[in-house]
Amino acid sequence: MTSLTTSKSPTAGGTSSAPRGRRRPLSFERISFFAVFLGLPLALYIYLVVSPIIQAFYYSLTSWSGYDANPAFVGLANYQALIHDDLFWTALRNNAILAVVLPTITIVLALALATLVTVGGSARGQTRGISGGGFYRVVSFFPYAIPAIVTGILWQQVYSPQGGLLNGFLDAIGLHNLKNTPWLGDPNLALGAIIVVIVWSFVGFYMVLFVAAIKGIPAEIYEAARLDGSGRLRTAVQITVPLIRDNVSTAVVYMAILGLDAFTYMAILAPTGGPNNQALVVTQYLYSNFTQAKYGYAIAMGVVLALVTLLVSIGVLVSSRRQQVEL
Amino acid sequence: MSLASHVVLSLWALAVVLPLVWTLFSSLKDSRSINVSPFALPDVLHWDNYVRAWNSIGVARYLLNTLVVVGSALVLVMILGAMSAYVLARFTFRGNAFVYYLILLGNTFPIFLAVVPLFFVLKNANLLGTYQGLILVYVAYAYPFTVFFLHSFFKTLPQEIYEAAQVDGAGDWRTFFQVMLPMAKPGLASVAIFNFLGLWNQYLLPTVLNPNKDKYVLSQGLYSMASQQGYNVDYGGLFAAVIITIAPVLIMYVIFQRQLQGGVSAGTMK
Repeated sequence: MTSLTTSKSPTAGGTSSAPRGRRRPLSFERISFFAVFLGLPLALYIYLVVSPIIQAFYYSLTSWSGYDANPAFVGLANYQALIHDDLFWTALRNNAILAVVLPTITIVLALALATLVTVGGSARGQTRGISGGGFYRVVSFFPYAIPAIVTGILWQQVYSPQGGLLNGFLDAIGLHNLKNTPWLGDPNLALGAIIVVIVWSFVGFYMVLFVAAIKGIPAEIYEAARLDGSGRLRTAVQITVPLIRDNVSTAVVYMAILGLDAFTYMAILAPTGGPNNQALVVTQYLYSNFTQAKYGYAIAMGVVLALVTLLVSIGVLVSSRRQQVEL
Repeated sequence: MSLASHVVLSLWALAVVLPLVWTLFSSLKDSRSINVSPFALPDVLHWDNYVRAWNSIGVARYLLNTLVVVGSALVLVMILGAMSAYVLARFTFRGNAFVYYLILLGNTFPIFLAVVPLFFVLKNANLLGTYQGLILVYVAYAYPFTVFFLHSFFKTLPQEIYEAAQVDGAGDWRTFFQVMLPMAKPGLASVAIFNFLGLWNQYLLPTVLNPNKDKYVLSQGLYSMASQQGYNVDYGGLFAAVIITIAPVLIMYVIFQRQLQGGVSAGTMK
């Protein structure tokens, strides 16, 4: 907002404060302008996004197999079947684990690294960032620029029991008994190994986000904390985190949503659900039902997962609003 | 303190870089030495891995398909998204708020909710497995984010300039393309970067909507290659394909990282 003069810039939440075009008689130009600027893209959006979503809610109540023009309406039968489907519960449990563990590890790591970059400099004198912090930021961001499927392939090779980087590394540092570990093939290890991959992908992104947010905190606050004798850890937990709470809760929501999806990573790292379905997720199960033409059932899963996703997002955002700190 | 910080940060940087460097080395080795001695440096540089990846494995075709689909979708969604955001941000009309929230709604529901019906929408329109179908779907799914982000951007542009353009006799079209759009450049750049990464990354949509092998995008092509477990996987070629896929984006990122990181914070603070 650069205009300091008669600034009519909108304030948050105001509906009437936005600058508006004045009402004029509808000319051909104005009509064509609206049709192309809003009508055309909106039509495409409704056709390809809104209508499939609405159809999804309807078809989840049918026994649709794709070829019948008027699939039989079965009410809540698909949902009832879901409740009795053990595989669905296994998948949902795995998603729940991901939705809790992924945000936790990713955000703790990202916050720790961001703190080190911004206030991890020399302990004497003013609180300051570390020298060369930009380098770490740039490198950490690398995985975010790699497509998820490629990240999956890369780690599939890293974890490979034959000539994989990880086992080679463990062997090289003397942990010879681990050198044949099938990381993705062991039911007890698969999900954890996949969590490591997803965390690896996203820590850098959130670190960059948190660094930017921490830089927005006035230096005097850190000075005051330092003069009051607050240690680095305490400063990070009690001062930094509350002041960048908005960014943290955004990160929680996004990582939780990713945990409820995780389709792309699983497709490569745990095809068909991994060992004993220990890494099966709902999106994967949905997709396999889709490929078997059980469309109604697949869509019902999508609806459940979408509702869970919405509830989680709303829950996190509401609880974060409640603890809002004013600067 | 400073030393400890460097140690921790360096460890993380190593954890990020090591798998990438190892992939780069492996892409220059033959499949046998990849399996037998994962740590050995390549004895001879097997550039033939890249030749195979590019030609017989089909990375060239996948890359071309990806560039056509992502490139067209990106240009289209930036234009359409900017136009809609502009209209919604700066014109009063009945239903404005309704349309805006309808668009936001698309950002809220996950894609996998819509993907099965979407498959049939495309099928009925004979758009399955075509460039056009995939491009239109990419546009439609990147549209809500684009509108949402640029909406707040257009709202902050000063009204005086709009009025000046009107006084000078510029119509709605000219005002937008010659006055307002150039002023929104910083916002457009950030959104374009995020849309590019998002579409480049896309896997679920092409997997469901693009069953045509000739039209495979990179993520599909690499997946089909990597999932042929056991049957004589051409590891050298696979690693080379991975490097071909990630190197251009990483190089662009290093060159433009300042703008990009600025975009990250601007984009998420809104």
